[in-house]
Amino acid sequence: MGHDEYQRHDAKILTPSFIVLLTLTLIGFGLIALRFIKGIGAVSNMSDGYPWGIWITYDVATGTAIACGGYAMAILIYIRNHMHYHPMIRSAILTSMFGYGLAGFSVMVDVGRPWNSYNFFIPSKWQANSAMFEVALCVMAYTTVLLLEFLPAVLTTLEKTEWKTLQYMLDKLHQRTGINRPERLDERLESVKEVAAWLKPRLDKVLIFVIVLGITLPTMHQSSLGSLLLIASTKVHPLWHTGFLPLLFLINCMFIGYSIAILESVISCYAFKRPFETKELSGLARIVPWLTVIWLTVVIGDLAWRGQLMAALSFDFYSRFFLLEFCLVAGGSMLLFSGRKRESIRWLFASAALIVLGGALYRFNVYLIGFNPGKGWHYFPSLAELLITVGIVAFEILGYQVLVKILPVLPKLHTRQQLDAATEHVDTSAEHVVAEKA
Amino acid sequence: MKKPSRRDFLKIMGASGAALLAGRAGAEASESHAVNNDTLGMLYDATKCVGCKACMSACKKVNSDYGSLAFERAKFDSDGLWDAPEDLSGSTRTLIKLFKESDKQWSYVKYSCMHCQKPSCVSVCPVSAMTRDKITGTVDYNKDACIGCRYCQIACAFNIPKFQWDKAIPQIVKCDLCKNTNLVKKGITACAEVCPVGAISFGKRKELLEEANKRLRENPGKYINHIYGEKEVGGANHLYLSAMQFNKLGLPVLAEAAPAEFSEKIQHTIYKGFIAPVALYGTLCFVALKNIKGHGAAAKHSETDEKGASDHGA
Ligand code: SF4
Ligand code: SF4
Ligand code: SF4
Repeated sequence: MGHDEYQRHDAKILTPSFIVLLTLTLIGFGLIALRFIKGIGAVSNMSDGYPWGIWITYDVATGTAIACGGYAMAILIYIRNHMHYHPMIRSAILTSMFGYGLAGFSVMVDVGRPWNSYNFFIPSKWQANSAMFEVALCVMAYTTVLLLEFLPAVLTTLEKTEWKTLQYMLDKLHQRTGINRPERLDERLESVKEVAAWLKPRLDKVLIFVIVLGITLPTMHQSSLGSLLLIASTKVHPLWHTGFLPLLFLINCMFIGYSIAILESVISCYAFKRPFETKELSGLARIVPWLTVIWLTVVIGDLAWRGQLMAALSFDFYSRFFLLEFCLVAGGSMLLFSGRKRESIRWLFASAALIVLGGALYRFNVYLIGFNPGKGWHYFPSLAELLITVGIVAFEILGYQVLVKILPVLPKLHTRQQLDAATEHVDTSAEHVVAEKA
Repeated sequence: MKKPSRRDFLKIMGASGAALLAGRAGAEASESHAVNNDTLGMLYDATKCVGCKACMSACKKVNSDYGSLAFERAKFDSDGLWDAPEDLSGSTRTLIKLFKESDKQWSYVKYSCMHCQKPSCVSVCPVSAMTRDKITGTVDYNKDACIGCRYCQIACAFNIPKFQWDKAIPQIVKCDLCKNTNLVKKGITACAEVCPVGAISFGKRKELLEEANKRLRENPGKYINHIYGEKEVGGANHLYLSAMQFNKLGLPVLAEAAPAEFSEKIQHTIYKGFIAPVALYGTLCFVALKNIKGHGAAAKHSETDEKGASDHGA
């Protein structure tokens, strides 16, 4: 697979949405500063009964599932051998990178003594019994893997760049302040280019091992995100507390991953005014209902086995959230079983959105809604707490918007049209390709 | 080009599922851990306690520097004359509460760490900041290792570890059986030392259990016939006797199995010797390399072919 499958999205960076997102980001980061000066209690409603609030539940437990697009796509492409989805993977990896990077960042905001985190690297402090130890190491490793997976996009750009913006800015600076260009700048820039050109083919060779690591690690830590709550057997409501938590979290992140890949593609095509990738998306959508059916079967089977089916239908507070989660996932999947609906962007979008909502609600149910530490404890996130999460998410979208405009990330339109044409006229297309090669 | 099969995919899913299923089965078959009765603990007899709170003030006096404890002012107390915590907190390791059902039915209760035999907090702490001393059985906290993730709070069924929410440099606060303070100096915990009526006994778990059983035997009808902490969550070193139902005193009704055993069993089954992850990685590498090779050989043609094939399959 070549790097010529991707292209930069040529558009202005400073759009109105950029300004809005930037504002939200700044508010969020201001509040984060407050948290570090005055303590977590100053911005959040967390308490000794609810020591994990929205930051862990959304940014970490749910955010990393939403960031599983890259994971799900990698399974599809490299393991299930659907190479024609390859053009979609770079944007999926970019969102995963942001999702995971910011989950890691949120953790640093959330934990009380982040300066002690170096203990994760000290073997005498390792604690293999702790699901959190496993999650932390895996998430750190996976974020590194994602960076490596994304590196080719950066290298390609470095290799080809003329440093126009930099040159321009330096000239401006020179005119205004009279500061001279640093000596031997061109030489140095040239050597950066050379390094990039040297590194790229070498990275390409080992990249597949990195990519497979990028499939193994999420399999481990996504299931461990479920294991985290295994110990809280007296606090997590029996509708959700089960030995199958790791398995359920794993399948859950897979169907969220594919659904989010669909949503991302639809949204970015819409926002960037590109043609929709209907064919690829309906192919993706075909996988989702199988995963959700497995998931729903495990959920029901497990409830039946533990004798909790009646509790699920009792329509009390917990049962209502359970049924909502269940119906969202089941409803979205039903839609996707119909071949005709899978061909329609509208239905694809609607069903993927339902499934992501349902899947995310499941994680909220396990971490917060179904979590009851005992009498007298209540939790609802404070405004500042929410704004910090909003700020982090805004930063994520902002980064995606900017990066697809400066790096070759989105699928090349020309490649796709060619492929679409090829599907209809296999022979002529083959000739076409041969002709192109010659 | 081989038609992509759903089965390949299910195989992978199945493998991870099977590991987890095995974990589940294993968890149920596990025998309980060995309880060590030579470890140190305390016995609190609620029927003897007079609610003087001498233990609370002694605990703060002795441990405030080492344990980062502070006085807590009540809302009505504008002059700050009293230490009046409402609950265990980031400033308070132990607390006396009164539960009053009627004028005849009431009881004091003292809260502090149960020093579990199989502590959940130790099992979950990712950086070994919570540890259980093998010889004394004391569950201790080390703020120099702690990252402040608060997983111990999630895990503890008694809601004992508390976090300092209002500090820029916070830590976890919980009773450490005066391990680094009074116990070193005087060989007894501060709260047990100062109790004027002997409601708190300090000693080996073995002796405490004997004493508790003796009191139950010699005073039929006086107590609820249950030593709280003897069996709960795999046994604890802090034991309770009371005339009132324990759950009314805020001590939760808990199963005898330690939650940490259940979760560790599943975690161990998945990660035993790190075989499963390595095997998964190896298998995936094999499949991916094969796919890439097949793809590279057929070059761009196969891409169009495959596209055609999967569309026919649709
Ligand atoms: S009572 Fe809670 S904090 Fe104390 S040892 Fe047991 S699990 Fe740990
Ligand atoms: S808050 Fe500290 S002591 Fe508690 S689990 Fe986290 S690192 Fe361990
Ligand atoms: S044993 Fe020591 S630390 Fe624990 S409650 Fe008693 S005085 Fe406080």
